Amino acid sequence: MSYNQPVYTDNDPQSELVTLNLGPTHPATHGVFQNVLQMDGERIVSGVSTIGYIHRAFEKIAEHRPFYQITPLTDRLNYCSSPINNMGWHMTVEKLLNIQIPKRVDYLRVIIMELSRIADHIICNTIIAQDTGATTTFLYLFQYREHIYEIFEEICGARLTTNIGRIGGLERDFNDVAFAKINKFLKEFPVALREFEGLLNRNRIFIDRTKGVAEVTQENALNYSWTGPLLRATGVDYDVRISEPYSSYQDFDFEIPVGTTGDIFDRYLVRNEEMWQSVRIIEQSLEKLKSEPKGIFHADVPDFYLPGKEQVYNNMEALIYHFKIVMGEIDAPKAEVYHAVEGGNGELGFYLINDGGRSPYRLHFRRPSFINYQMYAKMSEGMLLSDAIINMSSMNIIAGELDA
Amino acid sequence: MAKATNTELIDLLGGKFGEQLFDVSEPYGLLTFSTTKDRIIDVLAFLKENGKINFNFLTDITAVHYPEKEQIAVVYHVHSMVSGIRVRVKVFLHENHPVIPTATVLWHGANWMERETYDFFGVKFEGHPDLRRILNLDDLGVHPMLKQYPLEDPNRVDKKDEFFGR
Amino acid sequence: MGRPTIPVKYCKFAACSCYYRASIFVLSMSEINIVQAPPGIEGNGFFATSLDKVIGLARSHSLWPLPFATSCCGIEFMATMGSHYDFGRFGAERLSFSPRQADVIMVMGTIAKKMGPVLKQVYLQMAEPRWVMAVGACASSGGIFDTYSVLQGIDEIIPVDVYVPGCPPRPEAILDGFQRIQDLVKNESGRRRYSPEYKELLAGYGIQ
Repeated sequence: MSYNQPVYTDNDPQSELVTLNLGPTHPATHGVFQNVLQMDGERIVSGVSTIGYIHRAFEKIAEHRPFYQITPLTDRLNYCSSPINNMGWHMTVEKLLNIQIPKRVDYLRVIIMELSRIADHIICNTIIAQDTGATTTFLYLFQYREHIYEIFEEICGARLTTNIGRIGGLERDFNDVAFAKINKFLKEFPVALREFEGLLNRNRIFIDRTKGVAEVTQENALNYSWTGPLLRATGVDYDVRISEPYSSYQDFDFEIPVGTTGDIFDRYLVRNEEMWQSVRIIEQSLEKLKSEPKGIFHADVPDFYLPGKEQVYNNMEALIYHFKIVMGEIDAPKAEVYHAVEGGNGELGFYLINDGGRSPYRLHFRRPSFINYQMYAKMSEGMLLSDAIINMSSMNIIAGELDA
Repeated sequence: MAKATNTELIDLLGGKFGEQLFDVSEPYGLLTFSTTKDRIIDVLAFLKENGKINFNFLTDITAVHYPEKEQIAVVYHVHSMVSGIRVRVKVFLHENHPVIPTATVLWHGANWMERETYDFFGVKFEGHPDLRRILNLDDLGVHPMLKQYPLEDPNRVDKKDEFFGR
Repeated sequence: MGRPTIPVKYCKFAACSCYYRASIFVLSMSEINIVQAPPGIEGNGFFATSLDKVIGLARSHSLWPLPFATSCCGIEFMATMGSHYDFGRFGAERLSFSPRQADVIMVMGTIAKKMGPVLKQVYLQMAEPRWVMAVGACASSGGIFDTYSVLQGIDEIIPVDVYVPGCPPRPEAILDGFQRIQDLVKNESGRRRYSPEYKELLAGYGIQ
C-alpha cells in the first residue's frame, strides 16, 4: 500500500506567488489540518484546505459496537468538552427509546454540560490571545480548567475523556465533595474571568489585531451552515438550547450573547459572555436541585440502564439486566432519530438509524467543526498571514471533530 | 414568530409537488419524506425560497447503504430557524449507479458534506465544483462505509486470530 | 528547622487558596535537591569524569521537546505545560516546533495512515541524537481505533524509546515518561549513534 505524499509545489520560477504550506504540523494549527496557501508577499491570494490527517472512522466503528461502547467514541469527538458529546449521545438513545428523565437528572446533566462548555471556551479564548502574543492569560485560565477537571474526576473518575453517564441518567450521584468543589469553582472563576477580561477587552494591541478582521455577513454564515458562537457573532441568535430545548433547559433563565460583525473580536466577546451565562446557569441549577427529592440520579428503566456494581453483585434482577444489556439484547425500536445538542462549537447532531440489533445500523455525527471549517480557505483570500492564523484559532477547530 | 407544524408543511409541499413526494412519515416528530433524484433540487429550492416557511439552513447531508435492497439513500436534513421546524428528505439511488445533482447551487455549505458522502459511499454529485476524497487517503480505492468492506485493516499480519475470536 | 503544620486557608508563599491543610516549612540548604555530580576524581580546582557522563547530565536536564500533538493527548500535554503540573521544571520549557532544534519528539495522539509520512518526514529532519516518546494508547498501538485508517502504533514507521500508556495518560504519567527519557539520555554512551546495532535498527525502518 502506498502512502500519500505531503503536498509539494511545482516551483515555477516565473511565478511571483509563493506557495506556503501551513502544514499539518505547525505550532499555530491547533490540530492536524493543512492549508496550502499561495502568497503574494504577506498577503494570501488563495488557499486549499486538506483534512483527514486524523480520520479515525468513528461512523464505521459505531456500526460494530453496542450502544454503551459508543459513548467512549463520542468522547473523542470534541475532546475539549467531552461530557457534552456523551450527554448528546445518551439523549439521542433516550429519544429513540422514549424515556422520560427525572428533573433532578436533567439539572445534574446541565451542570456537567455547562462546566464543559466553560472548559471549551477557556481553551479557545486563551489560544486566541496566545496567538496574538499574550501568553499570560493561557497560564492564568488553565488553572481553572484544572479545577473543572477535578470536579469531573469527583463525578466520574476521568479528567478529559470522561465517558460520563448512562442511558437514562448518570452512573452515580454527585457526592458532597463534588458539590463543595463546584461551589468553590463558582466563587473563584468569576474573579479570574474578570481579570482575564481586564487584560484583553480594552487592550489596544488585542483590539487592533482582532477588530475588523475576518468579518462575515449573516447571509454568508447561514449559507455555509455555520452554527455556534461563530454564527452568533455575526448576529443570528440561534442556539439549540433555546430553539429546541433538551434536558430541561427551558426551566433556566439565561441569555444568548450575539455579536454584530462576526469578526474575531466579536467571536471572542461572544465566547466570554457565554462563559458568564454558563456560570449563571450552574448557579440556577444548584438552586433548583435544593427543591428536588434527593438521591435520584437515573430514570427507572432497568432494561436500558446499566446497574451499578453493588447491585449487580447482590441483586438477582440487576445481574440479569446487566447480562442482557452487556450482551446487547437491548430491545430498541427500529426507527431513525435525529437529535441535536449545543456543543462548544455549534450544533452537534446525532443521526441514528436503529435496526433492532446489537449496534446501530447507521450512526452519523453532524460535526460543527467540520462544517464551520469549509469557509476557511475562502475567508482567508486577501488576508494577511498573521490574521489568517488568528482566524483559524478563533474558529476553534478541534481536529477530532473535524475528521471523526 | 409562530412555530410551523408538520401538517402545514405537508399541505404546502403537497400543493406544489403532489405525487412526487412519497413515503411521508413523522418519526419522533420530524417530518420525513422521499423523492426522486430528478425532483430533489426543485424540492430543496422550494423549501428554501417559498416565502411561507423558509428553510434557510442546511443541517446535514449524509447517506445510508442498504445492501439487501441494493440501494443507497442520500438523506438531507434542513431546518427553518424562523419557523422552528425541521424536515428530512431522502432520495433512494441504486447502489451500482449512485448519481444525484448537487445541492451546492443552493447552499455553499453542501460542498464538504457532499465530498464526505462521496468519499464514504461513492455517491457522485453532478455539478459539484470539486468532487474528490476529503477524509480518506486518495488512493484508498474503495468507498469504506459501504457494508461489504470490513472495519479493520485486512493487511495486518500481527494479530493472532485466537485472541479475537476468529 | 521544625515543620509546624498549621491549618491555613491561604499559603503565604504562593498566595493561592489551598482547600486542604497547608504546611509551612522552613527550608535549609541541605533539604533542597540538586543534581548529583557523576562519579569522578576531584581535586583542588578540578573535577575529572568521563565526557559521556557530563554530556549526558547536561543533555538530560535541558531536553527540548517537539510536541507532535494530534488529538486528545495533546490537550493533556497542554495541561502538563500549564502551571499546575509545570513541565518546565524538567528543563523542557522551550518547546521547539522546528525538528532541527528538537531533541525529543513527543508523539501525542492518534496517527492516521495519512499522517504517517508527515511524521516520518519530521523524524528524519531531526538531528542526532534524537529520542522518541509515544504518549497515549493511540500512538503506542493504535488505541481503541482498530480501523482501516489508523496506524496501529507509530513503531510501524519510526523507532520509539518510551511508551506512555493511557487514554489519555494523566499529566503525572507524561512526566514519568519524560523522566524515563531523561534516564535514557543520561546513561547513553557517546558512541551509540555510530554503532552497527543502531544502524541496523534504523535500517529496519528504511531510514539510512
